[in-house]
Amino acid sequence: MKKFMCLTMTAAIVAMSLAACGSSTESADTETTAAAAEGADTEASEAAEGDAASSDAVFVIGGTGPLTGSTAIYGNAVKNGGQIAVDEINAAGGINGYQVKWIFEDDEADTEKAVNAYNTLKDQGLQMFVGTTTSGSCLAVVPETENDNMFQITPSGTTAEITAADNVYRMCFSDPAQGTKSAEYIGQNGLATKIGVIYDSSDTYSSGIYENFAAEAANQGLEIVGAEAFTADSKTDFRTQLQKLKDAGAELVFLPFYYTEASLVLQQADEMGWAPMFFGCDGMDGILTLEGFDTSLAEGLMLLTPFSADAEDELTQNFVAKYQEDYGEVPNQFAADAYDCLYVIKAAAEEAGITPDMSVSDMCEALKPVMTQIEIDGLTGQGIKFTEDGEPNKAPKAVVIENGAYKSME
Amino acid sequence: MSSFITYLINGISLGSVYAIIALGYTMVYGIAKMLNFAHGDIIMVGGFTTYYIASVMGMPSAVGVLGAVVVCTALGVIIERIAYKPLREASSLSVLITAIGVSYFLQNAALIVFGADTKSFKSVIDIPSLSLMGGTVTVSGETMVTILSCIIILIGLTAFINKTKTGQAMLAVSEDKGAATLMGINVNRTIAVTFAIGSALAAVAGVLLCSSYPTLSSTTGAMPGIKAFVAAVFGGIGSIPGAMIGGIVLGIIENLSKAYISSQLSDAIVFAVLIIVLLVKPTGLMGKKIQEKV
Repeated sequence: MKKFMCLTMTAAIVAMSLAACGSSTESADTETTAAAAEGADTEASEAAEGDAASSDAVFVIGGTGPLTGSTAIYGNAVKNGGQIAVDEINAAGGINGYQVKWIFEDDEADTEKAVNAYNTLKDQGLQMFVGTTTSGSCLAVVPETENDNMFQITPSGTTAEITAADNVYRMCFSDPAQGTKSAEYIGQNGLATKIGVIYDSSDTYSSGIYENFAAEAANQGLEIVGAEAFTADSKTDFRTQLQKLKDAGAELVFLPFYYTEASLVLQQADEMGWAPMFFGCDGMDGILTLEGFDTSLAEGLMLLTPFSADAEDELTQNFVAKYQEDYGEVPNQFAADAYDCLYVIKAAAEEAGITPDMSVSDMCEALKPVMTQIEIDGLTGQGIKFTEDGEPNKAPKAVVIENGAYKSME
Repeated sequence: MSSFITYLINGISLGSVYAIIALGYTMVYGIAKMLNFAHGDIIMVGGFTTYYIASVMGMPSAVGVLGAVVVCTALGVIIERIAYKPLREASSLSVLITAIGVSYFLQNAALIVFGADTKSFKSVIDIPSLSLMGGTVTVSGETMVTILSCIIILIGLTAFINKTKTGQAMLAVSEDKGAATLMGINVNRTIAVTFAIGSALAAVAGVLLCSSYPTLSSTTGAMPGIKAFVAAVFGGIGSIPGAMIGGIVLGIIENLSKAYISSQLSDAIVFAVLIIVLLVKPTGLMGKKIQEKV
């Protein structure tokens, strides 16, 4: 009987490891893009032989994000942006002379699936983690990476708590930082002095931005003439809030919430015949793609965003051209954030002189001290540095909507 | 002063949307004696039907509205037949829970069918807004149409119930189901007709709601549905003029408290007023006192 048990167990283990090989082969195949077809083929065969982790030839960097579902656009952008960076890095000789392998799993922006996706990546030999794409799943994965002491940098998870763990860094601005940066931007560019705010008091994202905005506004010499709230239960009627701000003489209305509600604000302001300047944060990104929305209402709307595809610097133009060539669409900020993440890892890895044969935890320990020393010129900013807390330090960028498209404000 | 009038008009505009939803609620409650919590979600279905017919397929908006009425009426009758009719003799609590279940079913079905992303609804009302007091106050075409529809529906419903045979049958069913059966009234048919009318009203409410506040998602109907339910209770549930007055008063209180007290507390104030009214007048503003026979 014992012998039988042993046999069954062995059979089960063999079956499982075979299954694992199968899945890694598959994902390596799906990653294959036309450009990287040759490279991926050899990777796939390596993975099929099993034990890609101990392969000392490559750095394995992976990410997760929603590739399916309503936020699939974000995950795909991160996956594609990362792929372009990896292709470039490999073409230029890799990191410390080692090639980089980019693996990506779908997490459907779901907390449980994100943890599973992270574990799948680990099975494929993950050494450094670019993820996750969305805030909620990121919060779920952070305890796991902290436990593994895995180096993690999220391209686009904005919730403040994500970077509380000391192995986690962030490429985008955190929610509260967006408030500070928006006030800084409005003040330094002299857009207006009398500011009205409408915010969602039932949402931590929105009220967090508002609080930090209000704190920084005082330093920038901005006067907040009115701060009107709404809640998730009454998020369709903004006429009263707009009328109050109009009476208070606001020149610019700050809208730190999502584009769905913002589209109503713009519409109702237009009905009232009031046209102040409107300024939003990253939640505003997407207003031009809202199905059925009359984009002429968004003319002149400004929003804080780390990336605009029409910027004229060489880096952005090359990236946009490559992205369009490979994926047939204009990259968004998520793709740019992911691209920069890979170059941050490259810079830190070269500074620390890590090699692929180090353990995940040793790599992370080596990278941590150098993160505050590196400086990157990326798509989302010039001279990006990182603070002790894992937050990026870069100048805010904004775009204005003109003729139905984003246009850089600089 | 002009600000005050603007706030008041905004309140009436919001209130008339609540009122038109509350009419459907109160009608079904008054006759079938059940709270149809799926009412708000039928509104959402009405909105989506119009959206697909008018905005996506590019047909005239009148066809869209008509399509919404047809689809919602059919949906209301089907829901009644499948979900509520088998529970006719069950306790009212079971029916209430079923109604909540239907509501969730419709919301999730809409998520699958229409997707999770919010759509921007194109208003079906093409009437220029009215400028008053030298342009300081504007009343949108949507507001005017909503108030007008509200009044027409109010008059139409009252006439229907008092003047037609079916209407009289409804009154009889509402007063005593058992006795109505003995008098030869087909109770099931009468309740089915009630649901048909209630759902047709929901379709109209959906079109007007989405025209005034042009976003559309699977939960579009949920919150207005609850607010309208409050309005119906406020005005006296079961009373048709009560629903209209309740809705408009609720809208005005909500907007004035937003304007003059606190935009954060407006919902709390609305519900506080509701509690006070119900303490003083437990049947609502226009509700009739029903004598319980022992």
